[in-house]
Amino acid sequence: MTVTVRFFASYAESLGVPSMVMDLADGATVSEVMKTVSRLPGASKLPPAPLVAVNHSYAPPTRVLIEGDEVALIPPVAGG
Amino acid sequence: MRSSLVRTPIDVGALLAEVAAPENGAASVFVGTVRSNNEGREVQGIEYSAYDAMAEKEIADIVAEASHKYGVTNIVVEHRLGNLAVGEASIVVVAAHPHRAPAIDAMRYTVEELKKRVPVWKLEQYADGSRDWVSAATGANP
Repeated sequence: MTVTVRFFASYAESLGVPSMVMDLADGATVSEVMKTVSRLPGASKLPPAPLVAVNHSYAPPTRVLIEGDEVALIPPVAGG
Repeated sequence: MRSSLVRTPIDVGALLAEVAAPENGAASVFVGTVRSNNEGREVQGIEYSAYDAMAEKEIADIVAEASHKYGVTNIVVEHRLGNLAVGEASIVVVAAHPHRAPAIDAMRYTVEELKKRVPVWKLEQYADGSRDWVSAATGANP
């Protein structure tokens, strides 16, 4: 299955891309996405366990993904 | 109730008019503005960016929570994105109610939760030409 992974703000700057499409085994979780992200160039600048959202809601590393999910790595927020 | 991400200056008066009703005896307003100094560095402006779809959903959720928690149905939030100069309003929250305590509490809850949860980021531009992402952990609060 494929999911879209999105990066924002300082994370997008560190990784040099705003998003990527990732191929994963069926039943993969957010943790598998994080493992792949950790091997990308620039990933050493990201914290070890960034906040993650799936389909616009915060989600734990154990969240099981399905085809077409939108996974987003959320840098520390600074709104207001 | 309404919440929006906007890319043009926020009109506080228009938002106050939006929550006005004859039965309301109180309106509470929070205006967050770009500050000229952060952690000892002279700030020239801030570029605000967001994960738009999620930010809209989170702000709407927070407004619904505030409404439920304090019984306030007249709440409007606008959060601005893009390049803002010092002194410009980045966020305005207004809450109106027949009595002041619920209006103030609903406004305060909305502002505090928004700062914790809504995926919006600040890229500060400094007088010396450098720029840096503002982390909530640095305490850069308006």
